Amino acid sequence: MMQSEATAEAGGSPGYGTFQLSALVALRMIIGWHIFYEGLAKVLSSYWTAADYLSASQWWFSSLFIKIAASPTPLGIVDFLNKWGLIAIGLGLMLGCLTRAATIAGIVLLALYYIAAPPFAGYTYSMPAEGSYLLVNKILIELAALVVLLAFPTGRIIGLDRLIFWNRGSQKALTLAEDVR
Amino acid sequence: MNETGQGPSGVEPEKASAERGIGRRDVVKALASIPVFGVFFYSFFKRKFDEDYRKREILAELGVSEGGPAVIPEAISRPPSDRIRLGIIGNGGEGESLVRNAGFAHPDWVEGAEEDARENPRSKRLEVFLNQEDLNVELTGVCDLFDVRAERGLAASRNAVGPVGGRELRGARRFTRYTDMLESDDIDAVIIGTPDHWHSRITIDAVSAGKHVYCEKAMTRTEEETHAMVEAVRNSDIVFQLGHQNRQVESHFKAREVIEADILGPITLIETTTNRNTPGGAWVYDIHEEGSPETIDWAQFEEAAPNKVPFSLERFFRWRCWFDYGTGLSGDLLSHEYDAANQILDLGIPKSAVASGGVYFFKDGRDVPDVFQAVLEYPDRDLTLVYSATLANGRGRGKVFMGHDATMTVGSGLTIKAERDSTRYEQKIEDDVIDTSIPMFTYRPGFRGIDAVTSASEEYFASRGLLYTYRGGVRMSAYHLHIKEWLDVIRNGGQVSCNIERGFEEAITCHMATRSYLEGRKVEWDPVRNSIV
Repeated sequence: MMQSEATAEAGGSPGYGTFQLSALVALRMIIGWHIFYEGLAKVLSSYWTAADYLSASQWWFSSLFIKIAASPTPLGIVDFLNKWGLIAIGLGLMLGCLTRAATIAGIVLLALYYIAAPPFAGYTYSMPAEGSYLLVNKILIELAALVVLLAFPTGRIIGLDRLIFWNRGSQKALTLAEDVR
Repeated sequence: MNETGQGPSGVEPEKASAERGIGRRDVVKALASIPVFGVFFYSFFKRKFDEDYRKREILAELGVSEGGPAVIPEAISRPPSDRIRLGIIGNGGEGESLVRNAGFAHPDWVEGAEEDARENPRSKRLEVFLNQEDLNVELTGVCDLFDVRAERGLAASRNAVGPVGGRELRGARRFTRYTDMLESDDIDAVIIGTPDHWHSRITIDAVSAGKHVYCEKAMTRTEEETHAMVEAVRNSDIVFQLGHQNRQVESHFKAREVIEADILGPITLIETTTNRNTPGGAWVYDIHEEGSPETIDWAQFEEAAPNKVPFSLERFFRWRCWFDYGTGLSGDLLSHEYDAANQILDLGIPKSAVASGGVYFFKDGRDVPDVFQAVLEYPDRDLTLVYSATLANGRGRGKVFMGHDATMTVGSGLTIKAERDSTRYEQKIEDDVIDTSIPMFTYRPGFRGIDAVTSASEEYFASRGLLYTYRGGVRMSAYHLHIKEWLDVIRNGGQVSCNIERGFEEAITCHMATRSYLEGRKVEWDPVRNSIV
């Protein structure tokens, strides 16, 4: 049995080529950058609140979102979670720190943004979009890109997870770490 | 993993990982993103410093803070002995709203607001009402010429739901003539919510009876009424407040700060507007099904009107459409816009006025115009105030103060954009500190409160800051604050914001526009003869 096949079976190792790894890490960095800055900008802007976005909500959960926008305490909680959640997710992706958790959290958050205001035929929003979208918007694309990153993880190869997970499940960590052809 | 656990090198992988420590290469790979952070924070701080610098430069140049204007809260306690007994004269749409803002809502209104709040979480009217301060007043008298409205007033006076909750309410007594109410010992102050043609007469009688007056705008229907009313109030000790609730709006205080800091440069033109496009916005109000010669005291309604006509439900319920009872757009809506400009700029009475318009859309028998433009000249101030209105198009236009250096748009918030060819900001525009395509200063009160307004007319009032305002970020009814100010001055002395002098200026200005429209000529104010010529 070939060694690479053996390790792939053993640790589920992706066995990326250098170009593949670079592309995936770059994607992770770019998305992390975007999300991190979104969070930071919100924290620094004393005027930011999710209320406008939520109150324009349509589709499934719109009544819940509108209710949140209209109630000070839940809105405060949502604003807080949103701002610091974005920062944590962004940092996680950029640093490769608890990458899997950050990726999943990012998917959930983006899904919430999408659900709150989906670009469906027949829905119009008072806040104009900067482009033209039908079903697919940039939120959905970013979400899909995170799903790709979940399917092709890189945190334990390039990222702090390499050290964090060094001793836990060390077999897998090592095979992952070494497994760049 | 192969069966033997042996790799080609003959070392067990399990063992290998345990034995192989974290190497230099591992650390490098783990920290590979650090340079990216370097780039991130470099660009981030560069941008932030740049923005902060611009903002600091602009704010330093302007000398106005971004925060809300300082409004000192009323901190004087009100013992029960200080209770003021109110009477409402004219409990129609505005009257009922004023009574509610004093603390007494009709049960039907509360029910409707509760339903609204259940169905639409953005609806805040119930919450704002329940959070309203208890003004320590009692509604002891109701006078209305329509039985149904009088009964509604009585029901409101007994309804303890809201800010007066927990107090024992005696309930009001109905008066069929306002003069009887004024003679009553059980009334300290009256709110006048009648049609305009009654304002002057009731106020003068209230002054004689020593009752304080809160009078709805427009203050009067004619110039003659204005002089008589002003003289009576000036020579009395009563506290008179004219119902221009815009006097309580936070953004207008902020606008005054902006003017005082001379941010706009010389202002040569003020544009004010009204744009509504609904029957309600054009005063085609519902005719109550119970309205009839039996339930309405028509003779008394007509008593103060110049022309006597047969009983008319249209005229009773939609009185704003006839010059017999009001002055149409002039007294009804120009008055708001003018008073806001007067509040912000201390304009006073214009030197001249030219007005035009016509009944172009609502050809329903009304004689007041539904399209109306007025141009007021202030040569002493080197500026013109233009008022432009239609009741058949709702495109929002501003309340705009146009200066040589900047333009200020005032609504419930406020924005200032620098002029591209400004003299004062020339250098800063050249240095890219000020971008003339975006506001250099924005004041947005209560930005965390979003809610729904229920009708097109309310939307209009809300957009012009006439429905609600903010104190310390908390939404409050502008009407409530205006009534509260009046009551505070009755109790503690001081000066109300829309006193008889401001009312005089408002009334004369509106009558100049009305006269110009009706007589088809330019009219002037003669300050020596104290009259419109």
